[in-house]
Amino acid sequence: MSEALYPVSVDVNGERREALVPARLSLVDFLRDTLRLTGTHAGCEHGICGACSVLLDGEPVRSCLMYAVQADGRSVTTIEGLAQPDGTPGALQDAFCETHATQCGYCTPGMIIAAHALLEANQAPDEQEIREAIGGNLCRCTGYQQIVDAIKLAAAKRAKGAS
Amino acid sequence: MKAVPFEYARPATLAEACALLAAHGADAKLIAGGQSLVPMMAMRLARPAWLVDISRLEELQHLTAPAGQAAGGDGHFVVGAAVRQCVMERDPRGRADLPLLARALRWVGHVQTRNRGTIGGSIVHGDTSAEIALVACVLDAVLELRDTSGATEVPAREFFLAPMITSIAPEQCLAEIRFPVWRGGDHAMRGCAFEEVSVRHGDFALVSACAQVELGADGRCLRAELGIGGAAPVPLALPEVGAQLVGAKIDEQAIVAAADAATGLIDPEGDLHASAEYRRHLARVLVKRVLRAANADAMRNSGETA
Repeated sequence: MSEALYPVSVDVNGERREALVPARLSLVDFLRDTLRLTGTHAGCEHGICGACSVLLDGEPVRSCLMYAVQADGRSVTTIEGLAQPDGTPGALQDAFCETHATQCGYCTPGMIIAAHALLEANQAPDEQEIREAIGGNLCRCTGYQQIVDAIKLAAAKRAKGAS
Repeated sequence: MKAVPFEYARPATLAEACALLAAHGADAKLIAGGQSLVPMMAMRLARPAWLVDISRLEELQHLTAPAGQAAGGDGHFVVGAAVRQCVMERDPRGRADLPLLARALRWVGHVQTRNRGTIGGSIVHGDTSAEIALVACVLDAVLELRDTSGATEVPAREFFLAPMITSIAPEQCLAEIRFPVWRGGDHAMRGCAFEEVSVRHGDFALVSACAQVELGADGRCLRAELGIGGAAPVPLALPEVGAQLVGAKIDEQAIVAAADAATGLIDPEGDLHASAEYRRHLARVLVKRVLRAANADAMRNSGETA
């Protein structure tokens, strides 16, 4: 018996993507293997590490904890979608480089997605709010301090740019 | 790890979802937020042949506050089973009428999981350390279960049977949760508190405790409910301990007596995260903390209204 396939149509980084997928294909595997958007990282694959975080209709979620069929008709933003239109890193990504917040880089896409969601909702977060926003993202290099610094720097730059 | 192959259905109505459950029985599983089920499927601890997605059902998205301020009876705040935790967290009526649930939600997972996880999903999962389940038991909420033959009501305090085992049948879907609201009267102040200890914030609680109290104008306790999570096979409401606090001020002596009584009613198990003895110790400490904090919260609320 071959596995049944289901049609999905997902807006990914502003582009409508359609595919036939098995129901058990996770959203992270759909992004990485079907769409070849490998910026989103698969870490623990059971919802602990946060490396696979993406924005679903603008809200951060773990893409290993949903199936691609559940994203049908929804809008997904991955780390690729946070770059500038010409493909160069966005301001938040630049801040991560500036403060050496990337280290091995495995958790970075998830951290940036979480930080982006925070800064969209709260333009001047305090340290506690920053730590809470990335509380669901594990960094095995334990470079949390630089990550917090990066988010503070990005918030400060945004505030400066806006004034 | 990946889930075993399964079929997926996204019914358009609750009746259709119940019909699918009736047709497939124990081979089918409901999915809403999937924040507990998907990991279990990834680890192949759950292997449903059918996944019935109820996350988009309008019928399960309602948040209904009791109308007006009824004297005596305070009514129920009704929460649709598929209301996401983040939606409940942000709802101003929910925060005003169910402050204990609002406090508990801050301990539930992380932003990313609360954006998908639902109020009902956390309850039917049946984890003894689940914060939402504990609040449902402590407030004596009523769960409405649906199947093709209609609706059944089950008190939350009777719903949980053993770790991850509840009284829900394979053909039933949790439709809504009715949380009793304590609005108090002109001379009653309400206060509540939720506390837990976990390895890191957002992890499963080793032990949690919560309390809600209502004090008269003279500071005496008119009503008290409390409970403990993670220290028994199921989330545990302790109405007998709450009753013992009624009629007097919640002072240090009463708090210690309540913590002693509460600790006598639990029988925690040890595991690799914490020994039984440590869990019992935490339960005692946390009951004292939540009673002190709920009492202080009520006093503060009286200051605001006076």
